[in-house]
Amino acid sequence: MTISFIHPAFIMILGAVLLPFVRGPFRKPFMFLVPLLTFIDVLYLSQHPGTYGVYQFMDWELTFGRVDRLSMIFGFIMALMAIIGTIYGMHVEDEWQHIAAWFYVAGSLGAIYAADYIVLFLFWEMMAFASTFLIWARKDEEALAAGYRYILVHTFGGVVLLIGFVLRYQATGDLSFVQLNVDSPELYTWLIMIGLMLNAAVPPLHSWLPDAYSKATAAGAVFMCAFTTKTAVYTLIRSCSGFDVLIYLGIIMAIYGIIYAIMENDVRKLLGWEIVSQVGYMITAIGIGTALAVNGAAAHAFAHILYKGLLFMAAGAVLHATGKQKFTQLGGLYKKMPATFIFMLIGGLAVSGLPLMSGFVTKSMIISAAFEEHILWAGFALILVSAGTFLVAGLRLPYLLFFSENNCSEETWEKAKDPSWNMTLAMAIAGFLCIFIGCYLPFLYNMLPNTEIAYHPYGSYHLSETLQIMAFTGLAFFLLRKYVMPKNTISLDLDWFYRKGGRAFLWTVQNPLQWFDTAVGKAYKVVGISSLMTTSAFWSWFDWNVIDGIVDGIARCVRAIGRRTTLVLQRGQIQQTIYYTVSFAAVILIAYVWL
Amino acid sequence: MIVNFIDYLRDRLQTVIYCCYGVMTFIVIWSLSVDTSHAHTWAEKMIPGFWSLFGLTSCAIVIMVARWFGKSGIQTREDYYDN
Repeated sequence: MTISFIHPAFIMILGAVLLPFVRGPFRKPFMFLVPLLTFIDVLYLSQHPGTYGVYQFMDWELTFGRVDRLSMIFGFIMALMAIIGTIYGMHVEDEWQHIAAWFYVAGSLGAIYAADYIVLFLFWEMMAFASTFLIWARKDEEALAAGYRYILVHTFGGVVLLIGFVLRYQATGDLSFVQLNVDSPELYTWLIMIGLMLNAAVPPLHSWLPDAYSKATAAGAVFMCAFTTKTAVYTLIRSCSGFDVLIYLGIIMAIYGIIYAIMENDVRKLLGWEIVSQVGYMITAIGIGTALAVNGAAAHAFAHILYKGLLFMAAGAVLHATGKQKFTQLGGLYKKMPATFIFMLIGGLAVSGLPLMSGFVTKSMIISAAFEEHILWAGFALILVSAGTFLVAGLRLPYLLFFSENNCSEETWEKAKDPSWNMTLAMAIAGFLCIFIGCYLPFLYNMLPNTEIAYHPYGSYHLSETLQIMAFTGLAFFLLRKYVMPKNTISLDLDWFYRKGGRAFLWTVQNPLQWFDTAVGKAYKVVGISSLMTTSAFWSWFDWNVIDGIVDGIARCVRAIGRRTTLVLQRGQIQQTIYYTVSFAAVILIAYVWL
Repeated sequence: MIVNFIDYLRDRLQTVIYCCYGVMTFIVIWSLSVDTSHAHTWAEKMIPGFWSLFGLTSCAIVIMVARWFGKSGIQTREDYYDN
């Protein structure tokens, strides 16, 4: 049976293009309808796995629609998140933000369904460029600079990916986006992996993430936290499953993110570091590469998009209301924003993996996969990080924002209030799903890519393990809380190299190069100017007497001919003029036909 | 409603803390009775309350490493990049 294939990304792009023309009372229904239609399209495609949208372009066969179990689950969650994110941002008047967000979602969906590198690259770059506008939409100087850094880093990643797949094409003549041979990696395998890895924020290519996500608009960050890294996780599952080096990188990433999150003073930067840490789990799972691990990576990405979206929405609600996002300018807000507090707590507990929450049923899959493969150090490291996650997102974040010392200025305190209906609705949907996934396993588990694996998270041993870890992490936080209090600092990271490196380049341009330029200018003034004056005096004479003479002569000639013609042909009588014109045209026509 | 409930708990902070200790004790005692056949390593079977210790030390290690790391010069003034 053939089915009509409409690419979900196409619906988003069309919606984005039409959005400026839909105004007034139609705007909000339209904004709800477009992601909803996309979601329905994704659901429809999930019922009909296969390969669609194959086009021949020059020598290459481009495939836009590969629908299999792996692309289905990622397509599903991305389209779902597009609905939630759009509802959250519905109050935003600036239509460019919505257009950028929808193009961004389209880029992600396009990359997920792409089956060759050219199509993947096309949508990959669409994501990078569209998301940059979500940072710039904040319109302050910091956001502008962060946007430029973001786009530069992503362009670099894009180029590495491009070189990678072009080298692969040269070596194998193959452009299809499939599992690479990771047992004997070639240069191009590494380059492709690095290009994809940059978008997943794997160290040492991670600094863009907390930097950019903390500067984006409140609604923009909700989109950003979901799409870039998780699309990269999808592409890595697709191409680099079982690549050993990813285990090490993933563990480093998970620990690194948590350490920085503890030091962080900026609420959304802390959440950005949390993403780095959580994506570390997924990268480790991809490195392990067994069926259970891959299922774990996909499931964790699914759950992560929802709870991280929820956390960013709650943080965005605080930012939206107060205009502040630093712990040292907030605190004690539970009295003013109780609903936001509850949603942030749900998100925080879900990411920490409390039983009956989404994190519990997905994270444990990855840890079990590590132990099953007897990579004990990785398993223990991930459990250590899950204790750290609970500390940061489940305890430190809600404690500092909603309890703790009240650092709000009078103005901030006045402005703080729970957000509008659309933001609350979006948080309610995400919050419900965080709990629903943890309670009703088949919803998520039936979507996982490898169907032959059965996994049961609710064993009594696993429950006792998790509860003990969480309880005693809570105790450690209670005893050591004075060491995790916020300070008015920023934490230096590897972006130091390009931020300071950029300065060094600027200094080189401004100082030695400028000096050289000035010196050349001075020398030129002394040596060059007098010879130039003599030469130009000669050319001036030549121009006046020779060139002008010829030009003027020709002009006089043309004027004389013209005057004669006018006297003969244009006597000011329209009939004669028409007569001459028609005759002339007839002569030309006859000459043309005759010859 | 939520605010009132939180205020109610805050007014009885000491009781809440004792309740938390109670829950922790219960969890540890319960964990001793749980079947350890699904344990990943021998250490979990041999050491009672292994994961309690693991949780406590992990959290302490993470906090102290972050503190040391921050003090080693990584945490710096906010206008560091603005000069």
